[in-house]
Amino acid sequence: MIQSLADGVLVGAILSLGAIGLTMVMHMLRFANFSHAELLSIGAYSALVFDAFFSGIMPILATTIGPLSMTWALTLAMLCAMGVTGISAVLIDRFVFKRIRDKGDELSMVFASFGVAMIIRNVLGLAFGLKSQLYSNDIVFAVMISSDPLLLIKPDQVFVLVAAILIMLILHYILSRTTFGYTLRAVAENPSLAAVSGIRLSRIIALIWIIGGLLAAAAGVFYGLNNHINPVIGRDLVLPIFAATIVGGIGSIYGAVLGGFIVGIASNMALLVLPSGYSPAVPFMIILALLLVRPNGLFGAPQT
Amino acid sequence: MMGLVSYLVFFTTIASILAIAVLGLNLQWGNAGLFNGGVVAFFGAGAYGTLLLGGTPQVDHIGGFNLFYPLALLGGAAAAAILAWFVGLLTLHLRHDYLAIATFGVAVTFENVMRNAEGVSGGAKGVRGFSRPMEAWVNDSFTYNLLFLVVVTVVLICTYLFLERLIRSPYGRLLRAIREDEVAACSLGKNPKNVRLAAFITGSCIVGLAGGLYATFYAFVSPQDVLPTLTFQLWAMLIVGGAGNNRGAILGTFLIWGAWTASGWSLSRFAPVEVQLYTGTMQFILIGLVIVGMLLWRPQGLFPERLVVSQSGRKANFTKQNKTGRVS
Repeated sequence: MIQSLADGVLVGAILSLGAIGLTMVMHMLRFANFSHAELLSIGAYSALVFDAFFSGIMPILATTIGPLSMTWALTLAMLCAMGVTGISAVLIDRFVFKRIRDKGDELSMVFASFGVAMIIRNVLGLAFGLKSQLYSNDIVFAVMISSDPLLLIKPDQVFVLVAAILIMLILHYILSRTTFGYTLRAVAENPSLAAVSGIRLSRIIALIWIIGGLLAAAAGVFYGLNNHINPVIGRDLVLPIFAATIVGGIGSIYGAVLGGFIVGIASNMALLVLPSGYSPAVPFMIILALLLVRPNGLFGAPQT
Repeated sequence: MMGLVSYLVFFTTIASILAIAVLGLNLQWGNAGLFNGGVVAFFGAGAYGTLLLGGTPQVDHIGGFNLFYPLALLGGAAAAAILAWFVGLLTLHLRHDYLAIATFGVAVTFENVMRNAEGVSGGAKGVRGFSRPMEAWVNDSFTYNLLFLVVVTVVLICTYLFLERLIRSPYGRLLRAIREDEVAACSLGKNPKNVRLAAFITGSCIVGLAGGLYATFYAFVSPQDVLPTLTFQLWAMLIVGGAGNNRGAILGTFLIWGAWTASGWSLSRFAPVEVQLYTGTMQFILIGLVIVGMLLWRPQGLFPERLVVSQSGRKANFTKQNKTGRVS
């Protein structure tokens, strides 16, 4: 029970990071981006490459930080991966979504995002192999916090949770205290009015993709740190991330954070009553339950 | 020679069954503008429904009602329709991407439940104990497959004629009117919600029918047949053929299914063994590229929708427009 709760909070933090980017894109560009979860895969795999690179050129970096399985090399690699993923997100938009958007066919964007997801997932599979990989082969033992009720937590999990919350706080600071944050919120509120006030929409859209990519890459690395990395991360996470977005209400960043935690905790709790084989179906149950009770999500405004 | 002919019969049968599903999808997407992200769930509902209703009783899962075959097939289609009704009711009054996400979720959940609920669907082992209708009377399997192809072709033609009638009827015009401009349709006293729901259910019913035929052909269905990847394949067929054009949908199906089987065959024939492990991976990259490429360079498909002006007497001078040129 307590264990499920703790695991759920951790999964929730990862989902939140993914959902923040997705909710912004879905709100601004008005399409369900099925390829967003693939950004997590891109982040996870590019961190794997950079990690090998940094450990290779400076073996001193390959030492672990304290009790974590995370190394300094991986920390640096994660930052680079975030950059790579942000740029990939912008490039994908430039080459695919923007061109379809310019044709004025917003429904086709959903199709295109499926196609893009398909391409990214399988190219990663082709490049890195279909087998699961790990950042570190060292076994990090979980620390028993209490024996009754049983609660085991790995140091990595604490680190991931703290780091995820820190990233979200930074984002909150940017959104609420900087000019850029005001601009972003103005555009979200009323794009045409914002454009009239001298805000370049194309720049804001690119920035939204970058933020989405940065957060997704962090989520991907964190996911890889706690589970393993394989080409189907995107496929496994796309529905939970959508569920988090819908629970929070499309367009609400704080809703997405809360939605991520709700979906993470609910998914883990559900496994107490359901056989574990059903876990991929749980996010959908959450979506259904929410659509029955509150179709626009917890914080979403009614949209047409 | 006989091998080639029997392979052609097999290929045409599967392609025709998939074409029926793509026609159903075309009603939803091409005519009503409804995005179905989980076609495979409705296909699977038809497949499982048909086999469970028409099969012989099994010890380890429900079903086996030994129903008269056409009734079982209709039951399968009805199962798909009920699923569509449920999903449509929840999502069709919301922003369009909710339908996309919900249908995608239905497909994931359907596959998951079929894989795990052993008491219902036989779990990963799939549904067995179904004997193909009238198979006992035809002792030659080639003749049987040929007969089956005839039946499938008849169903395909009937579906095609039904849909052609439907989209030329005032109802079809209403569907397109709602797709193009919902507010305008509302102002004429139409109820977009109900019309869309009906179109979604009808389309899913047709997809379910295709699923039933598919399962009948193999006399077997397992979770392996309802993987989300089938959804991509069906979409690629529709997009390549041309959304909104029924003939295009059928031709697109044969084209993509041909390309799919040909690429699979040539990879398994000519590629080195270590590459063959990645056959599916490479095929899906190709499907993804086809979808994205078509949307970028030829969104109307190879056979674009032909827009017609209802009032006769006026020259149809905007037939060249495709649906991307719609009013926003």
